[in-house]
Amino acid sequence: MLMPPMFELRDVYFEYDGIPALHGLSVQIAEGESVALLGANGSGKSTLLRILDALYFPSHGQVSFSGRPLTPEALHQEEFALSFRRRVALVFQNPDVQLFNPTVFDEVAFGPLQMQWSKEEVLSRVGATMALMGITHLRDRPPYRLSGGEKKRVALASVIVLDPDVLLLDEPTSTLDPRSQSQVIDLIQEWKGSSKTVITATHQLEIVDDIASRVLVLEEGRVGATGTAAEILANYELLLRANLVHAHRHSHGTITHTHPHLHSHSKHEH
Amino acid sequence: MARGGFLASTMIGFTRALARAMASEQIARQAGLLQSLDPRVRVIGLFTMVLAVMLSRRIAVIGALFVVAVIIAILSRVGVLMLVKRVWLVVLGFTGVIAFPAIFLTPGDTVAAFAGGPVRITVQGVQTATLLIARVETAVTFTSLLVLCTPWTHVLKALRAFRLPQEAIMMLAMTHRYIFLLVETAGQMFESRQSRTVGLLKGAEGRRITARSAGVLLSKSIELGNEVYLAMQSRGFRGEIRILSDFHMRSWDYLGLAAFLFAGCLSAWIGR
Repeated sequence: MLMPPMFELRDVYFEYDGIPALHGLSVQIAEGESVALLGANGSGKSTLLRILDALYFPSHGQVSFSGRPLTPEALHQEEFALSFRRRVALVFQNPDVQLFNPTVFDEVAFGPLQMQWSKEEVLSRVGATMALMGITHLRDRPPYRLSGGEKKRVALASVIVLDPDVLLLDEPTSTLDPRSQSQVIDLIQEWKGSSKTVITATHQLEIVDDIASRVLVLEEGRVGATGTAAEILANYELLLRANLVHAHRHSHGTITHTHPHLHSHSKHEH
Repeated sequence: MARGGFLASTMIGFTRALARAMASEQIARQAGLLQSLDPRVRVIGLFTMVLAVMLSRRIAVIGALFVVAVIIAILSRVGVLMLVKRVWLVVLGFTGVIAFPAIFLTPGDTVAAFAGGPVRITVQGVQTATLLIARVETAVTFTSLLVLCTPWTHVLKALRAFRLPQEAIMMLAMTHRYIFLLVETAGQMFESRQSRTVGLLKGAEGRRITARSAGVLLSKSIELGNEVYLAMQSRGFRGEIRILSDFHMRSWDYLGLAAFLFAGCLSAWIGR
């Protein structure tokens, strides 16, 4: 029997106070797939992630998870809600939103406690996750005293502790220094390699190749294009249309050139 | 108002509030007598001492408790100068205003008379005012020691020993967590405003900026509150708070608790 996709969205609409964010979006994401949601600011990436995490529900259209409809009614059932929340985890763009507990330890322990795990299991999983993420020394620190990179690592630890099947990441490397960016990318790559589903919203082209095997380009709340990272990054017209690159203009003497401006890990092209 | 004008003085206020909070946390994390005790012992013990101060009617007993508070402060590495500036002078100012009329209004033996007789200072009046000030100074000193020597997070966890509802504790914890973020945001808003302001602002303009900033800050805090709730839901929160307590009582803690209870009960009995 054919396995249903991990996520299936059909003709999904969503709006904020009359302003459309998603506009007839349809997409399927298979189990174990690593997908990048590429799009300029306001293209609907964050909204899509919140719909995938069942925090928002579409005004029109259907969303299903492993063949089961994701509706407010389904999330009211404790058994399904606990199972879904354990299997699907979202890392918010702004870590201050996600770090609401008084200490780093409490933050990492929050999810396991909501899952009603035993005290021993909570302590052991929290300890192991903090060691994995290199944040054990921050255990008793309040989140407002952490640097941007530390906050991001704690935010990641707070969801990874649940060992979810699906990791949803909203701009995971934005505002991070290069070292912290590299650490986050390494982590996503590890997850990709362990048959987990990773869905990352970003507008940073330079990380797409490292974090995703498939790219969905969002334009005005719809999927504008889909393909491998190489295919999408090679399509300059598409990137320009989606506001993901800009023309770079410079002069040699009296002659003015206009080139696409692209960044990647290995090169910086003009 | 500070010489730098309204915006500068507001920013200095924000910075000072954050600096004080951080200094308190540093004291709470260093080695000392109170810091070595389980937070639950600190909460129960210091609460007992406050209760003893309130129940005592003898100035000598309250004076002795004040000396105990100072000794605990020194052993817990809390600077006496800090207590003078941040606790004792402030309390003296507030309580002094309340206690001052009692010197003249309490009937009793006259010490001095003014304005030809009707305005009189009485012995009983001076005693009442002194007792009130001493009582408040000592009680606030014990309370300040708890706050200075215990991270706020531990105070909250310890409060559960008193069976406080978890919802109330979570609310206090989140208020403490986000007050710093909002103070930081407010500071940045004023910095940004100051960077675009030439010269000093007039009082009316300053008040307008404050009112507008308060409005923006309120909108931001509502938005932040909604986002935080979504983040909680995302990790399985379904309306019931679950918190883990990882405190352990050792023999030293039991000894500390016994000492506090003994001193508190003895003081209340002698001072009754």
